[in-house]
Amino acid sequence: MEHYLSIFIKTIFIENMALSFFLGMCTFLAVSKKVSTAIGLGVAVVVVLGLAVPANQIIYQAILAPGALDGMMGITDPANSIDLSFLSFITFIGVIAALVQILEMILDKYFPALYQALGIFLPLITVNCAIFGAVSFMVAKNLTLGESVVYGIGSGVGWMLAIVLMAGLREKMKYSDVPNGLKGLGITFITAGLMAFGFLSFGGISL
Amino acid sequence: MSSNKETVGKTLGFVFVVCLVCAALVSVSAIGLKPLQQANKLLDKQTKILEASGLIEKAGSDIVGTYAKFVEAKMIELETGKIIDGDTDSFDERADSRDASKSTKPENDIAGLSRRADRAVIYLVKDDQGQLDTIVLPIVGSGLWDLMYGFVGLAPDLNTVRSVVYSDLKETPGLGAEVLNPKWKALWPGKKMYNEQGEPAIQLVKGGAKQNDINGVDALSGATLTSNGVTSTLRFWLGTEGYGPFVANFKNGGLE
Amino acid sequence: MSSDNKKVLFGPVVDNNPIALQVLGVCSALAVTSSMANALVMTIAVMLVTAFSNLFISAIRNQIPSSVRIIVQMAIIASLVIVVDQVLKAFSYQLSKELSVYIGLIITNCIVMGRAEAFAMKEKPGVSFLDGIGNGLGYGAVLLVVAFFRELLGFGTLFGIEILQLTQNGGWYQGNGLLVLPFSSFFIIGLTIWAIRQWKPEQVEED
Repeated sequence: MEHYLSIFIKTIFIENMALSFFLGMCTFLAVSKKVSTAIGLGVAVVVVLGLAVPANQIIYQAILAPGALDGMMGITDPANSIDLSFLSFITFIGVIAALVQILEMILDKYFPALYQALGIFLPLITVNCAIFGAVSFMVAKNLTLGESVVYGIGSGVGWMLAIVLMAGLREKMKYSDVPNGLKGLGITFITAGLMAFGFLSFGGISL
Repeated sequence: MSSNKETVGKTLGFVFVVCLVCAALVSVSAIGLKPLQQANKLLDKQTKILEASGLIEKAGSDIVGTYAKFVEAKMIELETGKIIDGDTDSFDERADSRDASKSTKPENDIAGLSRRADRAVIYLVKDDQGQLDTIVLPIVGSGLWDLMYGFVGLAPDLNTVRSVVYSDLKETPGLGAEVLNPKWKALWPGKKMYNEQGEPAIQLVKGGAKQNDINGVDALSGATLTSNGVTSTLRFWLGTEGYGPFVANFKNGGLE
Repeated sequence: MSSDNKKVLFGPVVDNNPIALQVLGVCSALAVTSSMANALVMTIAVMLVTAFSNLFISAIRNQIPSSVRIIVQMAIIASLVIVVDQVLKAFSYQLSKELSVYIGLIITNCIVMGRAEAFAMKEKPGVSFLDGIGNGLGYGAVLLVVAFFRELLGFGTLFGIEILQLTQNGGWYQGNGLLVLPFSSFFIIGLTIWAIRQWKPEQVEED
């Protein structure tokens, strides 16, 4: 339990998807003008990450990992071991796209209110690199199924935290006197930089 | 959009053809390049081991040849410190340390590993006369951001340091990542891992080690937690839960 | 070369820069700019993937059924990225280790998808190819500018060659610790945007 809690805290603060690995930046910068939309997108990211990371973990460990198919194919000699890990990118992106599509259909049919709120963000999420990034990190870190659930949800919450904070700052920034050339994108970049600077101070917390 | 391209059959056929072409492209490149990739991976590891054993200058561009000539890999069981049979090429410390049946939870986990693999592969490096010259031991332990993987090269007394070489880390560039700086690495040769009582005593000293401190090495400036991590990693691996039993066996009768 | 082609090729470098104006593909721009070598390899990888995905998608644009449009584009892009990743692993292991997951993330790099959808689906293969190269150049220009400042002022080197000798190596230059850290690229990109908008005031955003 302690172990899972430490992964959770670590992925939110120390290994924050947006501010430590700079993933999902396109949407992070483009959809952070209002707090309410930022929360909507954030929730959608948490849900998709919580599903996509464990789903891909199962597929990777059962099919793609080096030697995963050996038992089924009756291969005992390690020299002939099947290694499909080169297919991982294309599989992951396919699984993510399919998941998002299915989620969209389920929401539309059974939870129309939620669909109204989240629906417009879902297509954006397929190309959100935070999802793909978290899945890639899951493989690199060789997580177990349980860990991958926590990792997925944790990184989603971390990303949501970052975008909501950013949106809060940008709402206030409307009243600030920003030089013309820096308006909009420029000042957003610099703000994000300062936020990342702040998040750096979480490094080294021993968990 | 003309209607004729929207029939189900045509859509399926089209998707099928695209998949076929993509699959062919990907498989050909993956299979064709695999031998080169594996050679690269091996070369990277061998380079680090040669660096840890001080042979890298001598090897020049012939890493594979030098490695084959001077280095011998042996698998050991950490708990007993005995050499055991095992495939040293395919051994993967990272996979083993995550497998509960092949690893143990250290009682005193100062290196922050959470689980330690039961086996390890060590490298015996010989000199030109065929005499044992350096023993390279793989180490791993927490730094500031994540686990740091590396090798430590020891003289045959298993006390005098030849080198400390990190091969894989995510420390802060310019601060913690200075463990890769040749100037810092040059501080290591000649230091002793153990004190007179035979306990692991090596440490990184903040503000600079005293001149005659044989167990002390200058800490990295601005990277206290990485420095502490290096100290704990070395102490863990040279202690009773790391290579301690192997060191004791070795001193009592060499390798057999 | 006709003036139209020139515009397609060089327009994205300053006038319509994918990072500075369209906010696309920012994620990898931040994480891989610690050295010129990394930035250059990343630029070449993105340029090749964008150019070839544009070329192929444009070549079959009249055959693609619109219902499966996105997934077909995705499949082509993912295959190209896998090829790039495999080639890099085979010929430059060290660099592929440093770029780690960011090569895979080209799949979700919005520049590639964006150009496929916005340009290649409408135009002829030849000009689409040029558009891909052009956008790769625009992306690369920002990356190389950021990497130039970060490597020179942070590590005192360019492409690994020592320019300013650092104090820890016995020289006179005290490396800038801030620029070594990945998030400093936020500041540099922010300032670059400011500079571009001072030069081309029509890009300034109104609030």
